[in-house]
Amino acid sequence: MPFKRYVEVGRIALVNYGKDYGKLVVIVDVIDQNRALVDAPDMVRGQMNFKRLTLTDIKIDIKRVPNKKTLIAALEAADVKNKWESSSWGRKLIVQKKRASLNDFDRFKIMLAKIKKAGVVRQELAKLKKETTC
Amino acid sequence: MSYKFHQFQVVGRALPTESDEHPKIYRMKLWATNEVRAKSKFWYYLRKLKKVKKSNGQMLAINEIFEKNPTTIKNYGIWLRYQSRTGYHNMYKEYRDTTLNGSIEQMYTEMASRHRVRHHCIQVIKTATIPAKLCKRESTKQFHNSKIKFPLVFKKVRPPTRKLKTTYKASRPNLFV
Repeated sequence: MPFKRYVEVGRIALVNYGKDYGKLVVIVDVIDQNRALVDAPDMVRGQMNFKRLTLTDIKIDIKRVPNKKTLIAALEAADVKNKWESSSWGRKLIVQKKRASLNDFDRFKIMLAKIKKAGVVRQELAKLKKETTC
Repeated sequence: MSYKFHQFQVVGRALPTESDEHPKIYRMKLWATNEVRAKSKFWYYLRKLKKVKKSNGQMLAINEIFEKNPTTIKNYGIWLRYQSRTGYHNMYKEYRDTTLNGSIEQMYTEMASRHRVRHHCIQVIKTATIPAKLCKRESTKQFHNSKIKFPLVFKKVRPPTRKLKTTYKASRPNLFV
């Protein structure tokens, strides 16, 4: 299996440990084997260990170490936010976040919706069973 | 990023006497974990260079020096003198880092691991920011590539906080990137 996600200038990565957990950052330069200079629109450019990053499939077209304005413009042009939120990984994270932020009333509503959905599915199944058996 | 070693500028001179009304003022830039240690190190070095001790000298100023551009990557060259089990040696080491304090910390940890030299046996002679053309070590020169690209070969699965760490896991992890 060849590698598809490379550490390179412009690679979008997800922070998976530490203070900036859950943020999408852009790899702006590589310091050495273990660290990269990362940047995001809402943080000061800083170094991060690769152990704290998970590479994504998204890559934007920037030169080495762009200034903040160029970076934000490139992120807008590549439409990173929408690409991420429409990708299956991004959608899963959004659902996880939503589930974690539910209050009791929301969980009650979800319970009712699940029961309703299960009822509809069971009705359709019963219909199909009837068609095949008799 | 908190660094263990801070860079200080320490200024001191001998106490004025009848024979020498205005003794020469000496300034040193050195690395220490805190101000107290920095002052102590200053007198240590000054004793070796001039005939002055802390008891007949005075500290004029001590300021911490901060990195001017901590968001840019630089190649640092560090010249050092260290004591091994058999004698003193000089060394030149190169590091790629964003700040000088970070590279000094890298140097101390690398000397400890590769040569078993403890921190108190190392004297930093000189540090400099080296432009990419003049770097001597292959391990720093291999990152001087504007189109650098490499895969992360081994993905270590970590819980996002140390609180969620458990000794036993239900399934084997998937280590492919």
